[in-house]
Amino acid sequence: MSSGNATRNRIGAAVAAPVTFAASLLNRPLKAWQKLTGNNGMAAFFLAPNMAIFGVFVLVPLVMNFVYSMTSGSGVFLGDRNFVGADQYQRLLDCSNYLNPRTCREDLFWTAVHNTVLFVILQVAFMAVVSMITALILNGRIPARGFWRAVFFFPVLLSPVVVGLIWKWILQRQGLLNFALFESGLDPVDWLLNRDWAFAATIAVSIWAHMGFYTLILLAGLQAIPRDLYEAAEMDGTRPARVFWRITLPLLMPNLLVVIVLSLIRAVQIFDEAYVLTGGGPGTSTLYLTQYIYEVGFASLLRNPGLAAAASIVMGLVLAVLTLVQLRMGRKGEEKGKR
Amino acid sequence: MKSTKTILAALTATLLASSSALAGDVRIMWYSDGVEGEVMQDMLDRFMKANPDINVTLDNVAYKVIQEQLPIQLASGQGPDIARVTNLKELAGNWLDMRPLLSDPAYWDANFGDTMDWMRPDGSNAITGFMTQLTLTGGFVNKTLFEQAGIEIPGDDATWDDWVDAAAKVAESQQLAGAFVIDRSGHRISGPNVSYGANYIGKDGLPAPVDEGTKAFVTKLVDWTADGKMLRDTWVAAAGTTYRAGADEFINAQIPYYYSGSWQVANLSTKIGDAFDWVATGSPCGTAGCSGLKGGAALVAIKYTKNPEDVAKVMEYLSSAEVVKEFSERTLFLPAHKGVGEAGGLQWQTDDKNVGPTLDKFVAASGKVLPAANALPAWKWASAYYGALVTRVSQVMAGELTPDEAWTKIDQDIADKVAEAQ
Repeated sequence: MSSGNATRNRIGAAVAAPVTFAASLLNRPLKAWQKLTGNNGMAAFFLAPNMAIFGVFVLVPLVMNFVYSMTSGSGVFLGDRNFVGADQYQRLLDCSNYLNPRTCREDLFWTAVHNTVLFVILQVAFMAVVSMITALILNGRIPARGFWRAVFFFPVLLSPVVVGLIWKWILQRQGLLNFALFESGLDPVDWLLNRDWAFAATIAVSIWAHMGFYTLILLAGLQAIPRDLYEAAEMDGTRPARVFWRITLPLLMPNLLVVIVLSLIRAVQIFDEAYVLTGGGPGTSTLYLTQYIYEVGFASLLRNPGLAAAASIVMGLVLAVLTLVQLRMGRKGEEKGKR
Repeated sequence: MKSTKTILAALTATLLASSSALAGDVRIMWYSDGVEGEVMQDMLDRFMKANPDINVTLDNVAYKVIQEQLPIQLASGQGPDIARVTNLKELAGNWLDMRPLLSDPAYWDANFGDTMDWMRPDGSNAITGFMTQLTLTGGFVNKTLFEQAGIEIPGDDATWDDWVDAAAKVAESQQLAGAFVIDRSGHRISGPNVSYGANYIGKDGLPAPVDEGTKAFVTKLVDWTADGKMLRDTWVAAAGTTYRAGADEFINAQIPYYYSGSWQVANLSTKIGDAFDWVATGSPCGTAGCSGLKGGAALVAIKYTKNPEDVAKVMEYLSSAEVVKEFSERTLFLPAHKGVGEAGGLQWQTDDKNVGPTLDKFVAASGKVLPAANALPAWKWASAYYGALVTRVSQVMAGELTPDEAWTKIDQDIADKVAEAQ
C-alpha cells in the first residue's frame, strides 16, 4: 500500500470516528426498539424525521390553507377571521356559463383557469415535441456534441426571474427583436402588447427555459436503447422515419410519459417567468392561476386571503389528480417491465 | 480553545445582529423614488453621531415591498419600527400613537395637523407619523419636442382634450411612439376623474357607485388608448392592480406629455439631465375643474415596535423644521411641514434649470384641487377604489370588457372588498 493511500485511510477513519461512535451509542436502544416493535417499528423510526419535516412544511400548511379557505376578513391570524364555511368556494364557482368567464362572479379566476388550461395543452405538446427533436439531434453524431448538450441545458440553471427579464428585453416594444426587425427593413411587432403574441411568448419562453431538463431525460432514454436494434434495422435497409416510429418511439415511451407528466405539473404551476415577462397582460390574456392566487392573496389592492386559499385548494386538487395519473402510469410501466 | 471562543463570539454577534428588538435599535423600511434614500441615510448618520445609544438601520427596499409585503407583516403583528408608506389610511390601525411619547405634541399638531387625519383611524387624535413630502399629481411636458414640432404648449386652462390633441400633433410631427402616458394606477386617474365631476365617497362614507364623472374621463382614456394616442405599454401590458410608471417613456423622449406627479421631479431631473427642456403643467381641466390629487409618502411609527421611546426620538429628529427643510431642498420634494412651507426660502439643491419652474407649477396647481379629491387621502376605501379602477379599466382597454361591464365589475369589486373587511 502506498503512503498516500495509508494517509487517506487514516483521514477517512478519523472523519468516520464520530459517526461510528454515535452509531454505537444508538445500537442498543435501536435493538431494543426493534425487539419491541418488530421491522415495522424500525421503518417508522427511520421515516419519522422525514415525516416530521413533511408534516411541518407540507401537511400543516395544507390543512391551514384549507381552514383559511373557509374564512373571511383582512386579519392574518385565524382568530381574527370569520368562519364562512364554503362561501369562498361558492363565490369562486358562481358562474352562469363556465366557458365564458365574463358571466362568472369571479371572472378573473375563470379567465386564469381558461388561460392555464390552454397554456398547459399547448406548452406540454410543444415541449414534448421540441425536447424530442433536440434529444434526437444531440444523440446523433454532431460536431462538439458535449458543447451543444451544455448549451441546451444552460437555461435550466437560470433563475426564472432572469429568464423573464432577458426575454422581456428581447420582446418589448423597443427590444432587441424589434430592433433587429427594424434594421432588416421589417415592421416591428408589439410582441407583448398583442394578446396572441404575448400568450405565445409565455409558451415559447417557458419551453426555452425548461426544455434542457426534459431533453436530458429523453437523451438518457435514447442512450439506453440497444444499438443492435438500429444495426439490424440498418442491415434490413429500413428508412430512418420507420426506425423512429418502430424502434425509437416505442422504446422511448416510458421516458416520454415522464416528460409529459412532469411538464404537465410544472405547466399548471406556471408563474414566475410569465409574471416577469408579461405581468399577466395584455389585459388578462396571460393571467395564469398561480398569478391570480398570488395577486388575490398578497399583492392586489383588493387583497382577499380566504378567496386566494380557496383558489389554491382548487388548483391543488387538479395537481393531485395529475400526480395520481403519473403514479398510475409509473406503476403500469413497472408492471409491463416485469412481464 | 481559541477557535471555540471565536465561534462562540461569532454566534453571539450573529444572534445580536439578527434581532431587531434590541434596546436602542430602530429599523426603518424605506423606498425611494429618487435620491431621498441617500439623503435620509446622511441625516440618520448625523442623528446616530449625536445619539450613540440609538442605532438606526435604514432598509432600502423596492416600492413593491412596501405595497405587497409590509401589509402582510403588519397583519401578523410584525414589521419594522418605522416605515415610509403611501397606503396611509387603510393600514392606520397598525401605526403607533406617539402622542404620549413626544416631548412637544403641540409642535406636531401645529405643523403636520393638516395631514394627520390621512394616517390615523377615523375620529382619533393620534400622532402616528408625518408626511415626508406632499405630492400632487400633474403633468410634465417635453418643451423641446413641442418647440421642434412648432406646436404651442397648451395654457393653464386647457382641457384634457386640448392637451391630448396638442401632444398627438407633436407625436405625429416627431414620429414618436405615442402622445402621452398616465402611470398605471387608480390613484393617478382619480384627479382627472374628479375634474370631470367624479365623487367616490357616498353619503354614508362608504364607496359610491361609479358615477358619470368617472365614466366620462375613463371613456376618453379608453378611446385615446384605442387610437394609439396613449401608449399601450403601461396600462394594457399588465393585469390586476400592478403599478407601472410611464416615466421611462418620457425620459427617453418617446412621448411629449406625461401625467404622473411631483415625486417624479428628482427622478426626471437626474435622468434627463440636459437632454431636453421640460416643465410641469399642473392638471388639465375637465368639466368640473382642473384637479390633481394630493398625497405623498409618510414616515409612520409601527405599533409593534419593541422600542417606542427610541422610535419617538428618531421621529422627533426627522420631523424637526431644520431636517425637513434640508430633506426637501436636497430631494426636491414639497415639504408637508406648515412652518417650513410658510417660511418659504427653500433653496432647491440642483443646477437643473427645469426644476424651479416645475416645483413652482406644482405649488400653484395645489390651489386647484377640488374638494372631492381633497377628501380622498383620508378616506379608508380609497385604495379599494383605485384597485378596482385600474384592474377593470385595463381590461376595457385590452378589449376584454365593455365599459358598461367594467362599471358593474368595479362596483362589485369594491362592494366585495368592503364586505370582506367588515
